[in-house]
Amino acid sequence: MATRTARPAESTDSAAAVSEHLTLDDRIALLRYMLLMRGLEERAMNLYRQGKVPGSFYDGHGQEAVSVGAAFAMGPHDRLCVLHRDLGAHLIRGVTPARVLAQYMGRAGGVTGGRDGNVHFGDYRVGCVGMVSMLPDMMLVATGMAMAFKLRGEQRCAITWFGDGSTSRGDFHEAMNWAGVQRLPVVFVLENNQYAYSTPTREQYAVDPVERAQAYGFPGISVDGNDAEAMFEATRVARERALAGEGPTLLEAVTMRMHGHAAHDDMKYVPKEQVEEWRKKDPIDRLEARLREAGVDTGPLREEVRAAVDAGTEEALAMPMPDPATATDRLFFEPTDPDEELLTADGAAPWSGFAEGGA
Amino acid sequence: MATMTYLQAISDGLRQEMRKDERVLLMGEDIGVFGGAFKVTDGFIEEFGAGRVMDTPLAEAGIVGTAVGAAVVGLRPVCEMQFADFISCGFDQLVNVAAKMYYRQGLPVNITVRLPSGGGFSGGPFHSQNPEAWFMHAPGLKVVAPSTADDAKGLLIRAIRDRNPVVYLEHKHLYRRVKGEVREGLYETPFTARVAREGSDLTVIAYGAMVHTALEATEDLDGASVEVVDLRSLVPLDEEAILASVRKTSKVLIVDEANETCAAGAQVAALIAEKAFEDLDGPVRRVATPDVPIPFSPPLEQALLPSVDRVKEAARELLEY
Repeated sequence: MATRTARPAESTDSAAAVSEHLTLDDRIALLRYMLLMRGLEERAMNLYRQGKVPGSFYDGHGQEAVSVGAAFAMGPHDRLCVLHRDLGAHLIRGVTPARVLAQYMGRAGGVTGGRDGNVHFGDYRVGCVGMVSMLPDMMLVATGMAMAFKLRGEQRCAITWFGDGSTSRGDFHEAMNWAGVQRLPVVFVLENNQYAYSTPTREQYAVDPVERAQAYGFPGISVDGNDAEAMFEATRVARERALAGEGPTLLEAVTMRMHGHAAHDDMKYVPKEQVEEWRKKDPIDRLEARLREAGVDTGPLREEVRAAVDAGTEEALAMPMPDPATATDRLFFEPTDPDEELLTADGAAPWSGFAEGGA
Repeated sequence: MATMTYLQAISDGLRQEMRKDERVLLMGEDIGVFGGAFKVTDGFIEEFGAGRVMDTPLAEAGIVGTAVGAAVVGLRPVCEMQFADFISCGFDQLVNVAAKMYYRQGLPVNITVRLPSGGGFSGGPFHSQNPEAWFMHAPGLKVVAPSTADDAKGLLIRAIRDRNPVVYLEHKHLYRRVKGEVREGLYETPFTARVAREGSDLTVIAYGAMVHTALEATEDLDGASVEVVDLRSLVPLDEEAILASVRKTSKVLIVDEANETCAAGAQVAALIAEKAFEDLDGPVRRVATPDVPIPFSPPLEQALLPSVDRVKEAARELLEY
């Protein structure tokens, strides 16, 4: 049952299959979100170096296609559990640059209001549930959301991202098994960026985890994780499968972590040649080259994104730090807290397929 | 009013809340077709169907984690651990995902985790534990432990309706041993303490099965007037009720079935030391299970669990102090 398709391209490609479900505007949007993710993360790294981002800083440089491509295929009513290398998914759902940067800086206006840092957030106002540091935990949460959708007979799908290291944890097994037994509408995105902190995949597993999907009774598909359009297409198909009642799909997004585990990590344990090889497959360069071939001038798009990052930075820096007096507030939900409508709010779903009624 | 066992009262609360609220579903191992290891959900699958009385894979992290997912999209799952001891396998999902979700990102996790807990029947080291203190130490979880049939039902209904994760400890040794009048229909028991017996010479503070041990031990204690406070809720802890009783009697004995170190009773003792020192007329005494695993063989197990005699002895010492 397991199939392997769309093996990672060996070099920057010109022959990549463009999904017939993407319009030119969709493809431009994919590039815009990837540029925005990279721009915000680069800005956040600068803010970190200036001492404005407490703790450490984690990014998804070079992995932008994984979150952007996959999240672009998700509908407004779908639900997402997003990993810390996947800022693009939050941007697609509608979280603003200012709130992201404020989140990194621990400001009151950040998504968690300073209660958690980095990309440890999920904005329920846009249909996301925030991750915890025990990364595969969210596989079970996504599975549970899918279980609720199925029980209520809703046409909705859950998606979650996790890394190669996560495949060693028991929660990976419990979620894959559970979703397989109950044939749940969930898409598992295994973001294989070759390293779990300093541990290479050869020390993580003896068998490529995409092969394990078969053992749980559903397909495992390996996708070029540096190709946003390939990620979109694989996720779109997996979601269709889920909505048709055919159960989960494991997508292995093959990519590379181009920065250290976090800002403090110089990544000495990764051979330089490996990084250089993957730099040639940069997901932004690849999509931009394709769009230029299609006659798109990407210059104004880059300008637009730069302006959005600048404006977001200014807005975030103007936000106050949280009031220390509130540190023990809101441990428990009280009936006076946010109204029910916000808790069940949907997110943005910019793919043209949804505008055409394809949700 | 109807006379029910503690176990029947739990079943009644679950059944009635499920009839009223279709968002409530039960998840656990062997709870559907088999009706649960203790038969709490006997007959439920026939009434509510396999979707709402879910026989899950043998996966405690899976049970708690998927319940969290179902809860954040609007369901109200009630998870059963077959024995409280197995919650260690779902600990991470409960403590890191469920407990911290609301504080971190404002998303309430409306789950109830039922933990059949406690010893006294040769369950051995893995079927006898009282793990409540683990969860008292994890901010974001509420922890309750009924001692009577009426409270077993009312606290459970209250727990299911609470928008926060609630750990509900049901003592296995009370399942069929405790019987009482239970109110008909749906009612909520607040997460506060109750005075199980009024008294003026000494306060004994307990919860769960130890409330019965405390009542029995002090029923006829050389004519002394002994107050017994049933905590019912460990988080939130009813500070006012505890301090009010201490002010009244000036002497306190705290009984835990859990292992002694950092147990719920230790927190109660600390609270009294901090906020009622001037009201005390003797040391705060504790009777708890020594810090070893619960052994299998009856004489070994009985040597450890707080007994009526040990409580009597400690109470007498305090009364004479």
